[in-house]
Amino acid sequence: MGLLSLFKSKPNSASIAKERLRIIVAQERGSRGGPDYLPLLRRELLQVIHKYVNVDPEAVQINLERDAGHEVLEFSVALPEKPRT
Amino acid sequence: MTEIIVVTSGKGGVGKTTSSASMACGLARRGKRVAVIDFDIGLRNLDLIMGCERRVVYDFVNVINGDCTLKQALIKDKRFETLHVLAASQTRDKDALTEEGVRRVLDELTAEQFDYVICDSPAGIEKGAHLAMYFADRAVVVVNPEVSSVRDSDRILGLLASKTHRSANGNGGVKEHLLLTRYNPRRVANGEMMSVEDVKEILGLDVIGVVPESPDVLAASNAGVPVILTEASDAAAAYDDAVGRLLGEELPLRFLEERKRGFFARMFGG
Repeated sequence: MGLLSLFKSKPNSASIAKERLRIIVAQERGSRGGPDYLPLLRRELLQVIHKYVNVDPEAVQINLERDAGHEVLEFSVALPEKPRT
Repeated sequence: MTEIIVVTSGKGGVGKTTSSASMACGLARRGKRVAVIDFDIGLRNLDLIMGCERRVVYDFVNVINGDCTLKQALIKDKRFETLHVLAASQTRDKDALTEEGVRRVLDELTAEQFDYVICDSPAGIEKGAHLAMYFADRAVVVVNPEVSSVRDSDRILGLLASKTHRSANGNGGVKEHLLLTRYNPRRVANGEMMSVEDVKEILGLDVIGVVPESPDVLAASNAGVPVILTEASDAAAAYDDAVGRLLGEELPLRFLEERKRGFFARMFGG
């Protein structure tokens, strides 16, 4: 504390903003051009999962990957370490 | 050839109308024939910023509905005789603007040999915003160096790439430019605000202008005189540079650093 905190620079809020935007913009660009039902699908899947496990909405990732000739819909859920009640 | 330019952003309050008015004025000051159209149906504002609010007789929707001719509805600017304003309608009918109607008006402006048509888009991604960008050749995306504005403008970039006449007909797409407004060099230097480079990198756009945050913008809107006409103003100079770049001039960006204040100014304020 005291003297030391003088030297510790405050976290730079502009770089936090840039980093957050970089991630969300990349994610949103990824889902762009995908079928319109993706957000709805994500929400409904989340509701189903919620009946059994209390997961954080942010722990659910849905991705549409396009390769030559086929598309892969990837869905991943990070389960909480200890089930919350 | 008439070039149609949409001034858009997604988020509201970032300076679309201010920028539309100033760029239209700047182009007219350089001798171009310009029409600037307010697409914000229901919420007319461009006329106030241009200072012609008391001369609106007919509006955009009147022209589309055939209540008057385009000539009758175009308001001639008092400062530049090559500058014309088409006011938004104040109707609450959201369907008043149609693709066919907008196309007819733009075709007529093209036939009248206007050099530039500036489409001042409403905020959001609803019909008005869609139609403002639909026939555009170029887009000026107005962004504040702030998270929600940047994210919304990226959304708009997605729409420009997929939901426009040019993208649908494979005409090489709409050319997109970034116009950063309300830029505060001091806060950027302190790490409190994203820099031009940061925003440019996130959005991947070429920068057509950086307008510093300035009290002149409010003063200009109070007076109904587009800020580009304010004398000895950084914001005015920045808009004029942007107009130059729009016309293909290569100009270095200015006002990215805080203006150095002299010793006495710092000592005694002011």
